[in-house]
Amino acid sequence: MKDTLALLQKFNAHPDSRCWYVAWNPKGTLLASCGGDRAIRIWGREGDSWECKTVLQDGHQRAVRKVAWSPCGNYLASASFDATTCIWKKKNDDFECLTVLEGHENEVKCVAWAPSGNLLATCSRDKSVWIWEVDEEDEYECVSVVNSHTQDVKHVVWHPTQELLASCSYDNNVCVYKEEDDDWECRATLEGHTSTVWGLTFDPSGQRLASCSDDRTVKIWKECQPGGGQGTDTAWKCVCTLSGFHGRTVYDIAWCPLTGALATACGDDGVRVFKEDETADPDQPVFSLSAHVPKAHSQDVNCIAWNPKEAGLLVSCSDNGEIAVWNYQSEV
Amino acid sequence: MSVGTRLENTTEDEDEDVADPIDDREIFDILSVSINDPEHPLSLEELNVVEQVRVRVDDQENTVGVEFTPTIPHCSMATLIGLSIKVKLLRSLPERFKIDVHITPGTHTSEDAVNKQLADKERVAAALENSQLLEVVNQCLISNARTS
Repeated sequence: MKDTLALLQKFNAHPDSRCWYVAWNPKGTLLASCGGDRAIRIWGREGDSWECKTVLQDGHQRAVRKVAWSPCGNYLASASFDATTCIWKKKNDDFECLTVLEGHENEVKCVAWAPSGNLLATCSRDKSVWIWEVDEEDEYECVSVVNSHTQDVKHVVWHPTQELLASCSYDNNVCVYKEEDDDWECRATLEGHTSTVWGLTFDPSGQRLASCSDDRTVKIWKECQPGGGQGTDTAWKCVCTLSGFHGRTVYDIAWCPLTGALATACGDDGVRVFKEDETADPDQPVFSLSAHVPKAHSQDVNCIAWNPKEAGLLVSCSDNGEIAVWNYQSEV
Repeated sequence: MSVGTRLENTTEDEDEDVADPIDDREIFDILSVSINDPEHPLSLEELNVVEQVRVRVDDQENTVGVEFTPTIPHCSMATLIGLSIKVKLLRSLPERFKIDVHITPGTHTSEDAVNKQLADKERVAAALENSQLLEVVNQCLISNARTS
């Protein structure tokens, strides 16, 4: 492996607590992190180090599980075990809580903004996925509640260009949703993982979806054109499974929009980057392990995220409360 | 009612200068001394709910595996017992350890469902934020004074 993954910085983000998630803003200049201490922290780069710009402490009554930036970068959404989703508006270095979205019966596990900026999706242990619309007056309205999973829904992710949503669950499946007559419906159920699916990511073109699981594998799914042409349901096929690489649960996966590299966050404390073989058949992709840091953190790695503007810049966070910033370089 | 086997001290155990890796027996001791079955007044060890042979520690690999046998095959408290074991170990062991708690295969009707919940750290974390559940778990973990 001539490719390298080098540690640039490591800092304690959530003292005496676990850091559950970390997200880059659309410009790639800020990091939002959240954790078991119920706080959200905003980090900015000062030269070679990262400084905490803001701490949002009183937004939630329980752990904050995930945070998501709006496509315009002016809003932040936070999903919490207190069953609410908070929408924050950025005002210079500060954030003001605009509204609190309620409705889920128990812990909210994820929140995600659609690329259009007009839609938001949340999911919960209550097995449902909610779709919210936001108008020009910053008013949020739930437009659909979909109950396609039979268990706790762990993650939701939007397609990069189309209005298409994917979710994954403790029920071992992935669901894909589309809007039909003002209602969101599950159009495909992707079966194959043998345990909880924790994370999802679309490739830069949106033609493929990668999932990661407690079964210690990563699966790549591709939408295939239905042969019979009946109905509007689509079929997704698993075109690749990466097994034997991860020692424990794979908690998160991220596909780099700039380079196409695939990074994973694992419960064996490791961070891995996979590269796709350019010469392989697109319907039977081949991925190989490009870089691996076995002890990226001293405890489980919960989240991994590529900087949207700077190729090779990668961030991870861990149960030990730390955030690590990496530089990935690939010899093409 | 049988009691789990205890091993005799070896000469290495007595030597203060030998580094003390965490071993099966230490985990067993952590668990036996301090966990009560919520439905029975006797400790888990006295009920044979946790047996020593079912503790597997790898100090080098930083893993601890505990298999526990619920008192009856459809015991409704199995998840709570498993959770208490997990919490006790999380509080007692260094952070480097990965802790896996399972029901002894073949000893419970819902063992797959219980094992899956215990293995899901997000579910465990959220459950422990529930103050009522946390209180019940803490009640299970009140230590008995034991004389060896």
